[in-house]
Amino acid sequence: MTPRTVVGVMPARLMDPTAAPDWRLVRLGKGIMETLIQQLINGLVIGSVYALIALGYTMVYGILGLINFAHGDVLMVGALVALQTMTFLMGMAPGMSPLVMLSIALLVAIVVCMLLGFTMERLAYRRLRNAPRLAPLITAIGVSFLLQTIAMIIWGRNYHTYPQLISTTPLQPIEGVFITPVQITIIFGSAALMIGLLLLVNRTKIGRAMRATAENHRVASLMGVDTNAVIAFTFVIGAGLAAVAGVMFASNYGIAHYGMGFMPGLKAFTAAVLGGIGNLGGAMLGGIVLGVVESFGAGYIENLTFGFLNSSYQDIFAFLILGLVLIFRPTGLLGERVSDRA
Amino acid sequence: MLKKTLVALALAGLGLTAAHAQTVVKIGHAGPLTGPAAHFGKDGENGARLAVEEINAKNPKIGGQAVKFELVSEDDQADPRTATTVAQRLTDLGVKGVVGHVTSGAAIPASRIYEQAGVPVITESATSPKLTQQGFKVTYRVIANDMQQGEAMAKYALGTLKLKKVAIIDDRTAYGQGLADAFAESLKKAGGELVGREFTTDKATDFTAILTKIKSKAPDAVFYGGMDSQGAPLLRQMRQLGMNATYLGGDGSCTSEMIKLASGAIDDKVLCTQAGIPATKMPGGSDFLARFKARFKSDVLLYAPYSYDATTALYEAMKLADSTEPAKYLPALQKISFRGVTGNVAFDAKGDIKEGGVTMYHFVNGKWEPFN
Repeated sequence: MTPRTVVGVMPARLMDPTAAPDWRLVRLGKGIMETLIQQLINGLVIGSVYALIALGYTMVYGILGLINFAHGDVLMVGALVALQTMTFLMGMAPGMSPLVMLSIALLVAIVVCMLLGFTMERLAYRRLRNAPRLAPLITAIGVSFLLQTIAMIIWGRNYHTYPQLISTTPLQPIEGVFITPVQITIIFGSAALMIGLLLLVNRTKIGRAMRATAENHRVASLMGVDTNAVIAFTFVIGAGLAAVAGVMFASNYGIAHYGMGFMPGLKAFTAAVLGGIGNLGGAMLGGIVLGVVESFGAGYIENLTFGFLNSSYQDIFAFLILGLVLIFRPTGLLGERVSDRA
Repeated sequence: MLKKTLVALALAGLGLTAAHAQTVVKIGHAGPLTGPAAHFGKDGENGARLAVEEINAKNPKIGGQAVKFELVSEDDQADPRTATTVAQRLTDLGVKGVVGHVTSGAAIPASRIYEQAGVPVITESATSPKLTQQGFKVTYRVIANDMQQGEAMAKYALGTLKLKKVAIIDDRTAYGQGLADAFAESLKKAGGELVGREFTTDKATDFTAILTKIKSKAPDAVFYGGMDSQGAPLLRQMRQLGMNATYLGGDGSCTSEMIKLASGAIDDKVLCTQAGIPATKMPGGSDFLARFKARFKSDVLLYAPYSYDATTALYEAMKLADSTEPAKYLPALQKISFRGVTGNVAFDAKGDIKEGGVTMYHFVNGKWEPFN
């Protein structure tokens, strides 16, 4: 089914009885390819951020079987700490080059979030490691509220303008299709980080320890793996990725707020489940797929349902796909068929 | 029998001591103090607080008794369900009147509870027309409603700016939807062409998908029914997608936050309406701004003068009826007419303000400039 036929047969009458269908056809026909590519780019940008966050969910789940609901809020802390650093640097050294400033801010955010991830694991989750599964889950929700409230006390209730140190002036790689340098950085930056993470997990000693712990932490510790350190390391890496995702998210939209982590956190969790929770490649694939499906869902739902549904139902596509995947592949797109881990 | 008499005497004694002391009259304020609209809630609360403090400073006497007003502030999170819980809590606490709720989505479900309890409720900022159309006796509003805002914007966009094709986006809240519907209706009446109607939520940050779709229809303008926290990123994304259409918004876009959050993207093709008139053009505006700043060390965001007037309206009605009992002073709300900070405050039979002006603003020289 090519998009042209979809749009061609779309009757406008269901949404707006007075609109002339032939006019829409001409209008849409002209820019149809541009719109399609633009929607793909929109989806890739948001999907890359989802993927980066989803990695944090999936790593922790793979090792502990815990859904760390506070993960989205780590993203928020990362974005706001970076904002604070940038504001400080602008006051101290106004002549500093934007890229250096952004790098310093990003570094500070990563370090703070890593410490936060470590503390979270040490104080909230470690002592519940052998408790029934619901206890750490509820604790995670509690930690999420705690982080949001602390952030609200520190940074206030207002939305903050996020300095856009990488240019947001749109480029036009193809006539009629727009992408900003920030968005390009997001797509390539998260791809690089994901490759780095895969190498870390599959090619290094600590990565092997992580995989061993995920398989079975009792046996791993019998083999001389310091599982406590490995679990702490997993949280730290996940939190570092969330910090980067937070800065990317806020830089792209130019806005930051103490509640900003909730929605991307939820979406990334969905992405992790879609891809197969516990599986790194799955989280990446799930994130990208979710982003693209969301974007196409919102853009084409009216055309695909012949005007019966409009964009207030834009999320149903994402969840429809999630539902279908879980029916036919209960462990997600790339999830392993291991019953005791999913 | 003796016991009963003793109890009665004791109660009478209590009553006497109370008569000598000041009677505390609780006034409620309800609005979001957490969540995306928390800044508006705090602004409204501060306005009401300033009014209560200034009234108390006058040592008011109602029904021959010295009274002291006390503000009970509650957080409704701009959430319909929380709003009803908050309304129930306020009425249980025995408040004599309520200022709020700040958002229409919260004000409408909460109004039923106030109606049942017979407690007058005056909103400073909920502009959905539906609020005062439910046939309730207790609902009042000190600000113009969305019908008036939508009409003003549609007339201006089509008549003066000659914009023909308009797309509309709203955030599916009672406020955003009400405003967008009012605008759509006025647009049709004025002969404009609606080329797209899209939806988002009040928690969304990414609008690129719906904007890309709208862009394919080449509108002259995009109207957004919602708040600044979504409006600003929406405007930014429009420009990032190479859309040069004029941005039209309601009072939720007409804030200093909008300018701050959309900095870099906001330009002279951004217009908004505001129910009521700018604080600087209000009869008591500049004086109010100074008093507010001195008390709270922050600037008025938007609705503080309105919540101030809403609180004063409750007090004026109590004075007129010479009673703080809701049942007694409620009819007096229909009769009061006073010069408030925002202008003349008097209500029509439905509870809407009689002289609720709408001001058009455009973004020029780094700020909102009214032009009427």
